[in-house]
Amino acid sequence: MPGLDAIPLAASATSNLFAAREQMAFTLAFHIVLACLGVALPATILVAHYIGLKRDDHDAIELAQRWSKAMAVTFAVGAVTGTVLSFEFGLLWPHFMERFGAAFGIAFGIEGLFFFLEAIFLAIYIYGWKRLPPWAHFWAGVPMFITGIGGAFSVVAANSWMNQPQGFALDAAGKVTEVEPLRVIFNPATPYEVPHMILAAYMVVGFLVASIYAVGMLKGRRDRLHRLGLLIPLTIACIATPVQLLVGDTAAREVAKDQPAKFAAMECIQDTGGHQTEYIGGICTSSGVKLAIPIPDLDSLLVGFSPDSKVTGLNDIPDDERPPVNTLLHLAFDTMVGIGSALLLLGLWLAYSWFKKRDIPQTPWFLKAVAVSGIGAILALWSGWIVTEVGRQPWIVNGYMKTSEAVTDANGIWGAFIFTLLLYATIGTVAILVLRRMSRRWREGGEGTAEDEPSPYSPEEVGV
Amino acid sequence: MSTAAAVILWTGATFYAIFGGADFGGGFWDLFAGDPGKGERPRMTIQRSLTPVWEANHVWLIFILVVLWTGFPDAFSAIFTTLYVPLLLAVLGIVLRGSGFAFRKSVEGLRERRAAGATFALSSLVTPFFMGTVVGAIAAGNVPAAGDGDAFSTWLAPLPLFIGAMFVATSAYLAAVFLVGDSRRAEDREMEVYFEKRALAAGAVAGIFAVVGLIALHSEGHYVYDRLVHEGLPLVIVSAVCGVGMLGVLLTGGRFLLRPLAALAVVAVIWGAFVAMFPYLLPTTMKISEAAAPDATLSAIFVVFGVACVLVLPALFLLYFLAQSDMLEHEH
Ligand code: HDD
Ligand code: HEM
Ligand code: HEM
Repeated sequence: MPGLDAIPLAASATSNLFAAREQMAFTLAFHIVLACLGVALPATILVAHYIGLKRDDHDAIELAQRWSKAMAVTFAVGAVTGTVLSFEFGLLWPHFMERFGAAFGIAFGIEGLFFFLEAIFLAIYIYGWKRLPPWAHFWAGVPMFITGIGGAFSVVAANSWMNQPQGFALDAAGKVTEVEPLRVIFNPATPYEVPHMILAAYMVVGFLVASIYAVGMLKGRRDRLHRLGLLIPLTIACIATPVQLLVGDTAAREVAKDQPAKFAAMECIQDTGGHQTEYIGGICTSSGVKLAIPIPDLDSLLVGFSPDSKVTGLNDIPDDERPPVNTLLHLAFDTMVGIGSALLLLGLWLAYSWFKKRDIPQTPWFLKAVAVSGIGAILALWSGWIVTEVGRQPWIVNGYMKTSEAVTDANGIWGAFIFTLLLYATIGTVAILVLRRMSRRWREGGEGTAEDEPSPYSPEEVGV
Repeated sequence: MSTAAAVILWTGATFYAIFGGADFGGGFWDLFAGDPGKGERPRMTIQRSLTPVWEANHVWLIFILVVLWTGFPDAFSAIFTTLYVPLLLAVLGIVLRGSGFAFRKSVEGLRERRAAGATFALSSLVTPFFMGTVVGAIAAGNVPAAGDGDAFSTWLAPLPLFIGAMFVATSAYLAAVFLVGDSRRAEDREMEVYFEKRALAAGAVAGIFAVVGLIALHSEGHYVYDRLVHEGLPLVIVSAVCGVGMLGVLLTGGRFLLRPLAALAVVAVIWGAFVAMFPYLLPTTMKISEAAAPDATLSAIFVVFGVACVLVLPALFLLYFLAQSDMLEHEH
């Protein structure tokens, strides 16, 4: 960028850059898990609620009630961590916002709108348990499902734009002069990033909630409530999984086409050409991949459906535009794909058993697999984000602005980062403790306890 | 067009000041309600009237941030590269406050409840104070257009510090007035008197800080001061009249005018500041028109704002309506 090369890369800026990235990555990784709950839990709750109303099933209603109370807690923590992210844009990346806020910022306005609506309808929904007529109450919950998807759409569209920026014009100083908001939001990466993320949210939530009940069943709690609590979310997740893999496959092809540096780094491709080997696992070095399982030609085949398909290698990417830590990228990508495939198998297992005998597989191994599937889905989620974000480096806005130009000159980022780690560790621990206690209370109190559970969004009074 | 966007920004700030302010003020009184025995009743009253709405109050802050960085990216960057210390402290307060909100109903046991409650309350003090110093530093003209102003001297100055203190006192005042209104509606004499006393004290303190702040503004923020006492004078008068009127209502035991007057007093001050700073966004270093994003972006902000009004307001009314009607039921 003309004029911007002048920004000094002094020692302090480099170390700031590293600290700021770690801070951003950590807080995003924390937020995204809560965000998934906000996106996908409403649908899960509503499915249970619907079953409960249709079949007059108390267990299903009880589940919907419990999940909505748990969501109230995670939603409030999500709002807090999301606010931190908003401040971080200014505190960590002021020059990014200064130059591109006019284009990039709009999506967040839409996000804010959706999440505000979601908060309001969550409050109404929770409030409605004792007070609204059953079906009116159900419909009062439906907006949460729409706002969750809308909110995810808008933030992820902002992120897609960072990968595939378009819809703006720059003046000589590199500032945005004209903006076409619709082209910003509907950029070429939006069509695959947004559905991929929304499906990921459904997978994370489905497997995570199911894994909680799987653990309960492994401990011998095999009542109907636990079976339903396992089956409803697990079914949702298992439906999302194959679709997710298709979308991911498309995403990979699009990345190969539009972001060749990222693709070359995540697949460890050194030299441009056809007949590229697909490496599974391994360590990337400039002289090839070590300790990997090589599958000849597969990479070319996946990218262009023919072994001759040409794939860009790192040798065609200028030195200063290559993503860092290729091994990490490569392993992150493999982790995502590996976990996705494993979860697909889990889904097939469930489907097979269900169609044969209308029941979940009886072996404890199935429950054990479900019990770890939640963590697995979260790992896949994080890995995917590492591929996207680290793979975009050194750019913050692909092709237009380097991350080093965006970072703040402020002092003390490391201190703030360490403090953030401690603070988030505390918040995370307390959140988990609170949720566990809620669940213990419900278990001990039996049906109906969840109905009276005080929650941050409910107007009931409680002594101090 | 850029002025219209600035008006939207100020509208957000107005809502945040009123709702967020009352909310922080509630935390303030919670903090000073004394030991668990003595403090239980006031704490209950505070919690009853404030809890359902934390998120709704808080969202205005997000709104301000988004409009600022989208509509006025240069100003956003200048403010955040200069005032990052108070901003960091304010966001810390917000994190603690939000978490306290999330957890305190769900934790068991007096000790833990008090820990969560105390976090909630303490952060109610920290956040408005540091937000106030940010506003004060901007009003004093301490934020250079290019950003990267000094990290400390820009806000560790009399005017920003006074404004910070004024923010705390004003939110305490607002909350106390709202709580008096609530207690009168619930016909709870004890709490009514309790919060009346506190409203008067906080009102006096806020008034003193306002006067001192004005003097500091005279010496540190010439441009803003001059416009405030000329172009902004009508609004200052409105605010003062409301302040005094509110005292009258407070003392005579009325209950209907209380909230509108309190809100109007705050609204007038905020728009007085808008008039006083005009045409600057960062007084004397950056004009609104200079900071503004391209027109298409501003139009997008208008559209989002319009949609927000159409969708969010009815939903919000529904929520408040349900919550209020429910509370009334409980009380009768
Ligand atoms: C449950 C989570 C999950 C699972 C099972 C998968 N993914 Fe994924 N992936 C994500 C969750 C995710 C994500 C939500 O973390 C990312 C980050 C950014 C995004 O849009 O989705 C992502 C990004 C992402 C990217 C980078 C997109 C970009 O940088 O623009 C590619 C190429 C893939 N994925 C490909 C795949 C393939 C080929 C998969 C399986 C066969 C797969 N993903 C399964
Ligand atoms: C829509 C959402 C997102 C936006 C707008 C966004 C934006 C950013 C920005 C501005 C940075 C700093 C500059 C950079 O290093 O590129 C960054 C870095 C990073 N983000 Fe994201 N991000 C998003 C989602 C996520 C999520 C959910 C994760 C979760 C794991 C994540 C992981 C990372 C990582 C690992 C980095 C550091 C990159 C590095 O160290 O090289 N991002 N992101
Ligand atoms: C893929 C990325 C992201 C997704 C899917 C996402 C989703 C969500 C969701 C669902 C919520 C509601 C709270 C909850 O359910 O826990 C939320 C809240 C929030 N998020 Fe994110 N988020 C993402 C990234 C970001 C980023 C990068 C920012 C930074 C600006 C951000 C800012 C916020 C804010 C400000 C809130 C609070 C809204 C409120 O107070 O109601 N989010 N986010």
